[in-house]
Amino acid sequence: MKHTISILVENKFGVLARVAGLFSARGYNIDSLTVSETQDSAISRMTVVVNASDEQVLEQIKKQLNKLIDVITIIDFTKKDYIERELVFVKISVDKKDFVRLKKVIGRAKASVLVRKEDFCIVELVADQEHLNNFLGQLKDFKLVELVRSGRIAIAK
Amino acid sequence: MDRKGLFMAIMTGAQILIECLKREGVEVMFGYPGGVVLPIFDVLYDAKLKFILTRHEQGAAHAADGYARATGKVGVCLSTSGPGATNLVTGIANAYMDSIPMVAITGQVKTFLIGNDAFQESDVTGITRPITKHNYLVKDVKDLARTIREAFYIASTGRPGPVVIDLPVDVQTSKTEFIWPEEIRIRSYQPTMEGHPGQIKKAAKMIEKAKKPILYVGGGVISSGASEQLKALAEKNQLPVTTTFMGIGAFPGEHTLCLGMLGMHGTAYANHAIMDSDLIVAIGARFDDRVTGRIDAFAPGAKIIHIDIDPTSISKNIRVDVPIVGDAKEVLRDLIGYIKKSPDIKMWLGQIEKWRKEFPLTYKHDDKLRPQFVIEKIRELTGGDAIIATEVGQNQMWSCLFYQHNQPRTWISSGGLGTMGFGLPAAIGAQIGRPEKVVFDIAGDGSIQMNIQELATAVFNKLPVKIAILNNGYLGMVRQWQELFYNKRYSSTPLKNPDFVKLAEAYGAKGLRVTRKDEVAPAIKEALATDNVVMIDFVVEPEENVFPMVPAGEALNRMLGGMA
Repeated sequence: MKHTISILVENKFGVLARVAGLFSARGYNIDSLTVSETQDSAISRMTVVVNASDEQVLEQIKKQLNKLIDVITIIDFTKKDYIERELVFVKISVDKKDFVRLKKVIGRAKASVLVRKEDFCIVELVADQEHLNNFLGQLKDFKLVELVRSGRIAIAK
Repeated sequence: MDRKGLFMAIMTGAQILIECLKREGVEVMFGYPGGVVLPIFDVLYDAKLKFILTRHEQGAAHAADGYARATGKVGVCLSTSGPGATNLVTGIANAYMDSIPMVAITGQVKTFLIGNDAFQESDVTGITRPITKHNYLVKDVKDLARTIREAFYIASTGRPGPVVIDLPVDVQTSKTEFIWPEEIRIRSYQPTMEGHPGQIKKAAKMIEKAKKPILYVGGGVISSGASEQLKALAEKNQLPVTTTFMGIGAFPGEHTLCLGMLGMHGTAYANHAIMDSDLIVAIGARFDDRVTGRIDAFAPGAKIIHIDIDPTSISKNIRVDVPIVGDAKEVLRDLIGYIKKSPDIKMWLGQIEKWRKEFPLTYKHDDKLRPQFVIEKIRELTGGDAIIATEVGQNQMWSCLFYQHNQPRTWISSGGLGTMGFGLPAAIGAQIGRPEKVVFDIAGDGSIQMNIQELATAVFNKLPVKIAILNNGYLGMVRQWQELFYNKRYSSTPLKNPDFVKLAEAYGAKGLRVTRKDEVAPAIKEALATDNVVMIDFVVEPEENVFPMVPAGEALNRMLGGMA
């Protein structure tokens, strides 16, 4: 099962390596990882989506992360009321006819076209996982050139 | 002037380092010089800090580790960059696996050269990240004093462990005002000391009602200094105690409630007792694979209370019913208070005594010189009071079975990592920390050769360490596995050894050789009477095995041999 975890860490040299190293050394799988500053420039936030087979593994991941000296706190969104979003860019190869069809899909998904050139376009969508996967499913009929995903971020309500 | 009316001193990084070490109470440092640590060695030249020059950086790390185990203080080692630092790595990993407080200082190339593959450059923080509790690369001399203070704090508190400080040579020579941080507070590091009262009360109730309880005690009791509390808990409630390898000495080995070590090479009665128990109270232990055997068959009828300062140890390998995060000493003190009536376990203690009689710890008593006999004699002639360091393998397992330790910090052996070559340098560290004690390194003919160069360190520093080589002409433990599981195909395990007596003499130590049973006691007596390093080559029965033994991956009560 997938779990979204926020890790607040000291904004120090090497912290990302410590977190990443922990995941690889202990054989945990990361689905996505984002890192950025917070309102406090001394603190960074890592949002990690982990794949844990059971509760015990998830607990162990959280405890191991907490044990890292530079980790300040961990927020596990699993049992929380929270909002999550991910940004995707999709570069799609389209001719005029395809584009008409594509615009309908884009409209329904509330995605937007950032760039439109003669033979391709770049589409952006910010959405939660369900919408996003839905949207990407509908793009299967089109010729995707490149898909870029930001990884999830989340905030508790 | 600062607040205390002292003139603030402008100091170099190297001076700050040594000043900080002194203020941290460091008495001795182990290490080896090299190019990028010259500024530090120049300060050491007239500093009042004992520096022990080992003959290999690995020896320095193990010596610092042995010192820490024997004294409870932080062990400190120092090396140059590149190969000096990578030579420390095994010693750091060893300390990490056994939760030993250590600060390792490594030189590094100049800050502006880092990442350029400079001469003797290696990414030390990168290499040591998974084998340290924490590590630092100090890029600014202004951060140095605080970093050192933090390093000692982190190494010695919570679940102890090694911390590396990587110190570029230009930081060692840069100058700044020396400011000693009186207080250290790290917002992201605050170990839980006191256990949750609700959980401890729950544990107390479970102990009161238990029919077949057992205390399963690990190294955490030693690092917490909780031996007295453990003894009180056990004696007050007549609870039987089994220790892990790392827990040896936490509870008196000769105590009637002591079942000795459990696990792969544990006593049969300890293994039967834990497997048949209905309540396991784990204290500062981590249910590792050498202890549990086949995990799904481990103690099927037992509820588990787990006391540990490290939350990650709890419910890692085995599901726990009552977790208690906290320092063993504080939790045990509270727990003793909460137990209102001792459990009624006469039947259980009777059953354990039956196992003790049925499956005693023994070996064949005949005319042959057997390694167990040598260890028993060492124990007898040192009154069970020596510090015993060991190497790794059969020598180590026989030592923990046949030298019952009554005191904590007298058993110095590489547990988690199982590092051959640990014993001799660790014995040197222990002897420096406890000069009044007799220190023995019980070794195999294989592992003694992994850090044999440290004989020079011991002799030069007049450290009268005694080395007992149980020389069976094999890498004995591997040979034992080959005998039992690989049809006696002794692949690369027979050894052709040097003449250990001559070798000892070449180093300026005394060498003795023993080939017969009746020579054992006189040789040990002679060693004890000699104020020098003594290496005794005990030429023992070549194919003696360590029994009992639980084959890897088997349930704990499926032991081989050693019950006759």
